[in-house]
Amino acid sequence: MTEQHIAKVFDRDLEGIQARIMKMGGLVEAAILGAAQSLASRDVELAEKVRAGDAAIDDLEVLINEETARLLALRSPTAGDLRLVLTVMKISGNLERIGDYAKNIAKRTGVLTQLPPVNGSTASLKRMAREVELMLKDALDAYIQRDAELAKDVIERDREVDQMYNALFREFLTFMMEDPRSITACMHLHFIAKNTERMGDHVTGIAEQVIYLVTGERPDETRVKADDTSVSVLEG
Amino acid sequence: MYDIATTEKTVEQQVTKISARDVQVYYGESHAIKDVNVDIEDKTVTAFIGPSGCGKSTFLRCLNRMNDTIDICKVKGEILLDGENIYDPKVDPVQLRAKVGMVFQKPNPFPKSIYDNIAYGPRIHGLARNKAELDEIVEKSLRRGAIWNEVKDRLDAPGTGLSGGQQQRLCIARAIATEPEVLLMDEPCSALDPIATAQVEELIDELRQNYSVVIVTHSMQQAARVSQKTAFFHLGNLVEFGETGQIFTNPEDPRTESYITGRIG
Repeated sequence: MTEQHIAKVFDRDLEGIQARIMKMGGLVEAAILGAAQSLASRDVELAEKVRAGDAAIDDLEVLINEETARLLALRSPTAGDLRLVLTVMKISGNLERIGDYAKNIAKRTGVLTQLPPVNGSTASLKRMAREVELMLKDALDAYIQRDAELAKDVIERDREVDQMYNALFREFLTFMMEDPRSITACMHLHFIAKNTERMGDHVTGIAEQVIYLVTGERPDETRVKADDTSVSVLEG
Repeated sequence: MYDIATTEKTVEQQVTKISARDVQVYYGESHAIKDVNVDIEDKTVTAFIGPSGCGKSTFLRCLNRMNDTIDICKVKGEILLDGENIYDPKVDPVQLRAKVGMVFQKPNPFPKSIYDNIAYGPRIHGLARNKAELDEIVEKSLRRGAIWNEVKDRLDAPGTGLSGGQQQRLCIARAIATEPEVLLMDEPCSALDPIATAQVEELIDELRQNYSVVIVTHSMQQAARVSQKTAFFHLGNLVEFGETGQIFTNPEDPRTESYITGRIG
């Protein structure tokens, strides 16, 4: 909808909350990359920065909630405007959760640097985080450009993240069986992989909101879960 | 499964009360209503929305032939009430208006007592055989109009002495005293304060159990609050007609979207 409202202040309010979402999205993207980078290079300082940065993301979520509540009360948005406000609320929730996962990864990095490194795994974790960050970037681009096709593409790509997680799950299980001394590190690394996989799910949630915003309809739940670790017994 | 079953049930119960087919209205040379087709359901509140001059009031007034009183106004097409064309020459407009009642923008009680305001219609239509029956109709109508408790001790007082909100509810009670089947309301709350508006809206919801209600309103929030079906008129066309929730969350026509989100006036 490119037409302007008769009440111009309404346009400014709607642009305002979207600008905050984009700012929040930028901070979350940086947190994902920072967490993955700190893990790969065993950089405690960077990890600490990511942990400290989460407060700003949380503050933005609070601010967005307040502004959307105010907008609902004062402007009674309808149709596309209503869907915009509803999706802003949900997306800010998704972003806040992704921020929490990044913070949790950074916390575990602090512990992992005190343990001997586990072969090759941090590179895979960094690739996985990079993929999730790219998906988030595309989901937010799809949001601003009202591009439902790009959003569908993002949802599809979450399969790859699920498969990466599957592979890592098996890998860590093998490491732990081979060398019980690596269990502590592998447990932390597994949580990091799981956190990254969950980030992918929240990015998918954002992409679904984009589809709802553009079409007014929820995407159908035909997506096949590629993460089968919760339903299968694995033996090393 | 349960939800699907209940939905089907409500669909079955929906009976078309008024059916408009290819309706055109002309004021002299100007074409005010263009090719309107719509089915208005029984026991449902239908809201007509649209910018000023879009034809919604004109179309509403077609439904009980109020436009007959305007010389230059010409109506073409068919409007069927329970399957019978109300523009058939055999139809007596006075009888029709007893079946299709109307409430106007400004409360317009007769300069008579509260009692006589209500009793006037039933008297001329011969609905009561004696005083006792008439008393009963007056009480029942005032109760349905949600104003009985406020006026029962002063039925002889003039109707014009009531507050604006009370006067409007008195007019609604007067409109339903003749036992109409359809109630047309042309911006019934535009002269009322928010409290009186809420009372009238509550009343509209109660009336829905017995009547088909059609309301023209400039307040989109009011349309959203009181109606189950909404029709959007623009430049004499019926642009979109659908379930109210759908119209306000996901309208199909971009003109509807522009209007309800405040982008065109």
